Amino acid sequence: MLEIRNIRKNFGKLEVLKGITFHVEKGDVTAILGSSGSGKTTLLRCINFLETADEGTMVFDGETFDMSRMSRRDMSRVRKKTAFVFQNFNLFLNKTALDNVTEGLIVARKMGKEEAREIGRRALDKVGLSDRYGHYPHQLSGGQQQRVAIARALAADPEIIFFDEPTSALDPELIGEVLEVMRELAREGMTMLVVTHEMNFARNVSNRVIFMEHGRIVEEGGAGEFFERPKMERTREFLRGHQHEYF
Amino acid sequence: MISERLTGILLDSFGKILLPGIKVTIPLTVISFSLAMVIAVFMALVQFADVKVLKQLARFYIWVFRGTPLLVQLYVIFYGLPGVGIVLDPFPSAVIVFSLNEGAYGAEIIRAALESVPKGQMEAGYCVGMSYLQIMRRIVLPQALRTAFPSLSNSLIAMVKDTSLAANITVTEMFMATQRIVARTYEPLALYMEVGLIYLIFSTVLTKLQQVGERKLSFYLSDQ
Repeated sequence: MLEIRNIRKNFGKLEVLKGITFHVEKGDVTAILGSSGSGKTTLLRCINFLETADEGTMVFDGETFDMSRMSRRDMSRVRKKTAFVFQNFNLFLNKTALDNVTEGLIVARKMGKEEAREIGRRALDKVGLSDRYGHYPHQLSGGQQQRVAIARALAADPEIIFFDEPTSALDPELIGEVLEVMRELAREGMTMLVVTHEMNFARNVSNRVIFMEHGRIVEEGGAGEFFERPKMERTREFLRGHQHEYF
Repeated sequence: MISERLTGILLDSFGKILLPGIKVTIPLTVISFSLAMVIAVFMALVQFADVKVLKQLARFYIWVFRGTPLLVQLYVIFYGLPGVGIVLDPFPSAVIVFSLNEGAYGAEIIRAALESVPKGQMEAGYCVGMSYLQIMRRIVLPQALRTAFPSLSNSLIAMVKDTSLAANITVTEMFMATQRIVARTYEPLALYMEVGLIYLIFSTVLTKLQQVGERKLSFYLSDQ
């Protein structure tokens, strides 16, 4: 469903992505692992055009795009079929939880207000926030804000949701509620591409793992295989370093 | 001790000073400040969005109007322009100068406020499929105006007082009216204090309005 070919990105002299190729099938939950600075967040931001790749091809929904030369129209078209969940939530600060969810539907998709609000309420109910429709981001905990952000993503009825370290900015006791929502989405067959440090999530929820280092993919494969029988020495080393974090 | 004569002058002049305040000072301020805000938002946006050429023009305009005295600007427009055949009435001259001058300061206030809105707000807008202009109008500008509001209120209060400079180009606002009464009665201390008091009342009203406005604009930051 989504295929990325040979994506490259430099920040000045620093090569952040050195030619990355992978694909995602419908229903896949793919975890992208790697230490800080491996380029995994940049990869995700390039895929949603928040950064412009220097080189790379995207095949999405049967259409092929040159990622270094995206027109605004194509960007907007692809973005309307995808959704992005940020590390820092990035909820619209001047909008209530419900308005955060409906804003894109009403303004970008020209949906009727009532229909949008109905979808918005259902999305918030789904992430367990039926009692927080009218709350502003400022009045919500980090975990609640991130759940609103996931509801905002769901409301767009996307073909794939990108998650950029969705639990990294949360207090430890709030991580569980967000992961629980993501686990539920995975069970329902939502296609997800998740940059994460949560080894438990990668092992128990995702079905595929991509392990990155220094702007390259070191190893990728089924989640079970990746954790049980890693092929590369570097992967084994990485997993040893994080062994205490998963079971 | 205040003599009976002085009391009479003060009471008699109060209305004569307040009337041009209501008929000239307030309209001059309201019109100039409204125009200034339009100029300021435009000049701030072309800088924020990094629009070629227009951005350079905005920088040049701000540089000139922030770098020269208001009084000099009034003299150039009212006494200078007739030299090249452009003759303007006092009131429109004052409106032009005050709005251009305040527009330059306001542009800087609003630009800084726009830059204070977290970048993630823009990115989140893009990710839900909104266009640049939609995000600016619905997400970024409302938040920036909340940040800019206290500074802009200060500017408004400053402008009320600065309109007294328009007396120099024969606009009969409050200060000019006071000068005329002083020339007739020779009571400068009492009368200039009286006009000062009226400016103080105007400023106090605006300060109260500012507090109400700030509360209203902060709806999304309250804890309830």
